[in-house]
Amino acid sequence: MGVEVMQALNIMWMGMAGIFVAILIIMVCVLIMQKVIGKDKEENLES
Amino acid sequence: MEFLWEGLMAVTWQQGLMYLIGIVLIWLAIKKGYEPALLLPMGFGAILVNLPFSGVINQELAGVGEVNGVIEWLFDVGIEAAEAMPILLFIGIGAMIDFGPLLSNPVMFLFGAGAQFGIFVAILVAAAVGFPLIDAASIGIIGAADGPTSILVSNILGSEYKGAIAVAAYSYMALVPIIQPMAIKMVTTKKERRIHMDYHPGAVSKRMRIAFPIVVMIIVGFIAPTSVALVGFLMFGNLLRECSVLGDLSDTAQNNLASLITLLLGITISFSMQAEKFVQLDTLIIMAIGLLAFVFDTIGGVLLAKFINIFRKNKINPMVGAAGISAFPMSARVVQKLVQKEEPGNIILMHAAGANVSGQIASVIAGGLVVSLVTKFL
Repeated sequence: MGVEVMQALNIMWMGMAGIFVAILIIMVCVLIMQKVIGKDKEENLES
Repeated sequence: MEFLWEGLMAVTWQQGLMYLIGIVLIWLAIKKGYEPALLLPMGFGAILVNLPFSGVINQELAGVGEVNGVIEWLFDVGIEAAEAMPILLFIGIGAMIDFGPLLSNPVMFLFGAGAQFGIFVAILVAAAVGFPLIDAASIGIIGAADGPTSILVSNILGSEYKGAIAVAAYSYMALVPIIQPMAIKMVTTKKERRIHMDYHPGAVSKRMRIAFPIVVMIIVGFIAPTSVALVGFLMFGNLLRECSVLGDLSDTAQNNLASLITLLLGITISFSMQAEKFVQLDTLIIMAIGLLAFVFDTIGGVLLAKFINIFRKNKINPMVGAAGISAFPMSARVVQKLVQKEEPGNIILMHAAGANVSGQIASVIAGGLVVSLVTKFL
């Protein structure tokens, strides 16, 4: 049981780190895309 | 005439209990309106599969051999084989989601990540209580607050508690209006809950809306390959919606496809609610851990918001962090209702909606990562 708790702790920090890394990469890509393709012609703008 | 009461005589007390559980689920669905699309078929199916010698599951008939039952067949084909039902449902869910509030306010992405904390707390608690790692991870994924993800992960990992996990996931999703306010109040002050947030919707271009699902699919696919099926189909559904040239397909995905799969999924998952697997002490423990997962999801999102506020001049209402769980769109509405109670006229719905849809993406990432990480330790 102790081994599995240690494994669960490892899964916890790696999992949360992995999710944050993925989300941060997506966020950065969204910010870059907003600069590059975010400004569209007036008629294509939607809020 | 014995054949007339053979079935009745063969009923066990565990099966009787399952009839009661089935009726309770149906009652919750109809009378209380708790996730009726899923709890009603699950409740009805729970009764069907627990009738002695039930024809909906495979039976050995004397002189005939094995006869296939339709619910077992649906389970084998729709879930066991390649998790087709939950994955196909994600096309419909993707087609329903508007990522606009999130794309116009990208900081909300963070709360989707923060609100997956409960998954890992639940894995830890389940492991501490004595569940093997595979089952602990499957139980933990209840905290993803997403039925298809819970079913998919518990099936891929081969957990023997699929039925309890599915019932817990859908029941607690329905109970978000009760669980979240309680958890939010534990970690926030009245002053924090009254924080105003201005909403300045930045224009989100059509090109952005089209590029987003493609980019997310690629990024998540590289980081968590096991989640490609879920995230891919979610983003496929979203692309159907945003491309504007497939209106009929988008409508079909949002309505007919989603309804059809939901109908079948509920009754199919009841296959794993057979009494001998479901009526155990472990089921109660799983329900308790599942509740803990939802509570810590909420707390994780809220605490992240409070942490971010340390560095911000324009404070974020910490309740927006709670909306980062994947229970879409209920969590966003719950948060808005709570803020209205604290201060009438305070509107944070669009911020909460952004966090809520971010949670949908983050929960799928979490599911894929949990499978990848667990298999590394086996």
